[in-house]
Amino acid sequence: MIKSLQARQAPLADTGYQLTVLSEAEAAGARLPAFAGKLRETGLFPLRPTRLQIMQINVGRMCNQVCKHCHVDAGPDRTEIMTRETMQLCLDALAQTDIELVDLTGGAPEMNPDFRWLVEQISALGRRTIVRCNLTIIVANKKYHDLPEFFARHHVQVVSSLPHFSAGRTDAQRGDGVFEKSIRALKMLNAVGYGQEGSGLSLDLVYNPSGAFMPGSQQSLEREFKQRLGREHGIVFNNLLTITNLPVSRFLDYLLESGNYESYMEKLVAAYNPVAAENVMCRTTLSIGWDGQLYDCDFNQQLDLLVAGTAPKHIRDFDEALLQNRAIVVNQHCYGCTAGAGSSCGGATT
Amino acid sequence: MSTYYDPADLAKFGNISQWQPEMGNKFFAYYAEVFKDGALTEREKALIALAVAHAVQCPYCIDAYTTDSLQKGADEAQMMEAVHVAAAIKGGAALVHGVQMMNKAKELSM
Repeated sequence: MIKSLQARQAPLADTGYQLTVLSEAEAAGARLPAFAGKLRETGLFPLRPTRLQIMQINVGRMCNQVCKHCHVDAGPDRTEIMTRETMQLCLDALAQTDIELVDLTGGAPEMNPDFRWLVEQISALGRRTIVRCNLTIIVANKKYHDLPEFFARHHVQVVSSLPHFSAGRTDAQRGDGVFEKSIRALKMLNAVGYGQEGSGLSLDLVYNPSGAFMPGSQQSLEREFKQRLGREHGIVFNNLLTITNLPVSRFLDYLLESGNYESYMEKLVAAYNPVAAENVMCRTTLSIGWDGQLYDCDFNQQLDLLVAGTAPKHIRDFDEALLQNRAIVVNQHCYGCTAGAGSSCGGATT
Repeated sequence: MSTYYDPADLAKFGNISQWQPEMGNKFFAYYAEVFKDGALTEREKALIALAVAHAVQCPYCIDAYTTDSLQKGADEAQMMEAVHVAAAIKGGAALVHGVQMMNKAKELSM
């Protein structure tokens, strides 16, 4: 298993250095123009929120996997996790709003000891929960084996990464043996009703390209995944969400190490889609870090780019009106969400 | 220019419309239509294109359709099998002419 950038004391573990690398690309000239300028050309700068619909909480960077493309630099060696006190502040803020959906991410969110408590509290407030489950956590340890039943009890929407229907391409990105464990976990989720027609239990898979290329058509890939996973493993699921890898943290490290950085950025810039730019998820999302700090999205969070201007910087000071007036912080990595069919935590945006 | 093929030229393919817009635009519209999901999936079409790219030995096309095959969800085994299909047809195309050679040799021989 590889180590996190932080454990390796790699230069890119420093978010300031990541931003320097990204801004150097900006200086490379017309081929990699500034993202803010691109938004301005299409009348979207400064980028403003529309309606706050999703509260995305990153409950910690601890994870049982160390994926090569992880923008969080998560892994077993990361110890930053959200406390129950900070979770309570998130719940207090949630109760003041009409937000219908709470999106729990990490790391492996289930590794936070207060994860189940948080899900129960969200349910009690009558809001829906999405959990970004890496699948292997379900089979990693006996104490997690009942997660499918727990999710079902609270009608949690499960969104799980599976970058390919073949073991080779999945393991290349997520680590040796991950595909086989993921298949076992998917069967456990299917067994309690997830992905089954009429069950009301939603199971979506996330496709991240396992390399320096963009995802293909979401619809077409979904059909392929359904055929192959159904035929070869008897697995069913609801939707496939295609997500473009953004040049942040370990994926940025991979791009630089493999010599693909510049050509990948050029591809993203060339594929800039104004319609996708209009639909970026940061316009409807509030992202909360493990320590309660506020960000426009989980990528900005991992780059330490806090919400700007007079907007509150911590969930304890939550103020929806002030947040809605903010200008969203953008940088070169944002090209990942506006390329081609667009990309968000909910998949393609056009 | 130091070589006949420059990888940077691939991104300039669209420029061919500058000198003949009508034909160029029609070609690219047709091209886009061909590669859409239809009776064949986008992935299957990308793999056919990858095989043809090898058969016509076009470096631009190999670059483009290796990327495209990966984007459309193909894996390494599928891509290599597509190249073997091209190799089999190219090799077979050479070998099947052996029949013509045999015919001619027989015609000329006692």
